[in-house]
Amino acid sequence: MNRDMDTEQTDTRRIRVYRYKRGDGKERFDEFDVPVGPHTTVLDALRWIQLHRDPSLTLRHSCLHASCGTCGMQVDGREELACVCSLSDHGAEVTVEPLANLPILTDLVVDMTGFFERFPHAHPIIRASELPVDENGGPDGHHAEVSLQTELALHHHPLHHLHRAAPPGQDFMRLEDCIECGLCLSACPVASTSQEYVGPAALAAAERLLEEPRGVRREDVLAWASQPEGAWRCHVGLECTQACPTDAIPAERIMALRRALMFGDNDDNEGER
Amino acid sequence: MSDLTATELPGTAERALPGPVHHKGPGPAESGWLEPRGRGHGGRALALHRVTGLVIVVYLYLHLGVLSMLLIGRSSWGSFLSLVTAKGFLALEVVLIGTVLFHGLNGIRVALVGSGIAVKQERTMLWVAATVGTAGVIFAALHILGAL
Repeated sequence: MNRDMDTEQTDTRRIRVYRYKRGDGKERFDEFDVPVGPHTTVLDALRWIQLHRDPSLTLRHSCLHASCGTCGMQVDGREELACVCSLSDHGAEVTVEPLANLPILTDLVVDMTGFFERFPHAHPIIRASELPVDENGGPDGHHAEVSLQTELALHHHPLHHLHRAAPPGQDFMRLEDCIECGLCLSACPVASTSQEYVGPAALAAAERLLEEPRGVRREDVLAWASQPEGAWRCHVGLECTQACPTDAIPAERIMALRRALMFGDNDDNEGER
Repeated sequence: MSDLTATELPGTAERALPGPVHHKGPGPAESGWLEPRGRGHGGRALALHRVTGLVIVVYLYLHLGVLSMLLIGRSSWGSFLSLVTAKGFLALEVVLIGTVLFHGLNGIRVALVGSGIAVKQERTMLWVAATVGTAGVIFAALHILGAL
């Protein structure tokens, strides 16, 4: 249980929690009064409810520090990772709902299968550390080639200036910040209109492939992105970037993808012509 | 004694059904873009853009319908003009001008951002659109209502 609730309890919040159990056929909201401290998170409150009020409340979480992306949900209508969403930023009554635009398995748990199926089929592994090593324990020749391509691509990328400070040569790790939490898909106004829309995370991953193809043909990526429910389906609501907990800037990547589709190049200077 | 398996448990068939897709707002899923909770400036601009677009479409059809009154005759057109030059109608005209200005100016912003040409300037462009639009509405209000 959260330390705050034991030693620093200062307040009580009413948590309205979305409930749905397969077979029940009905969705509803249950209300719980939860003791909170100054640093209590939404996840702390939900776990308190599980422990003290209703053990049937189901939610998904893992790392507790915004790294695994499993505890994504809507808090007062806004997409948040529950583990780092402080209740002190919200009012006396807080409404917690599952992510939008994905089928609900139970309560606050959504089926992420559809989210992952949206990604390009040729989406290769991202982390260099997952590449095979040679007999000496170091990265094999393919790894060296990938690193070279990465360095060349990044210095010309239009979003290069938006990247947070990182050690030299490690900017290529940016989209690895995408923890595939699904918050962007939930926040996207277009995804609520069209279930076929591939969504921000998948399009951002595709744009990432243009930066660092890793063996994928650029033409294939662009053909995938130009499908009717691809990059052109975005209506520039920019909610995905706002919702993204890791600054993976999916909206900006979708626009870079569009520029690549229109101008045949994702170089910044090309777009400014 | 029956051979109880998982498929025989009560509710198994119901649990195998896909759950509902949650969406934003109280209406149908397609209206989720209208839900204002948790939206940032981009989402609100998108919602306003769509609403103003719908208003303009409705106005265009109304406008065509009104013009068809000319076919009825001079007297009906004259009585209609006296109605639409009333203060309330003129105020609606100012609102219409604001609607068209926002939709047009934000449309330019969406085109520039959506084509990847001016992504970094999208927030600035929204402020410019809002400022120019507001100035236009004030000018129109002074011009239309001030003449009364």
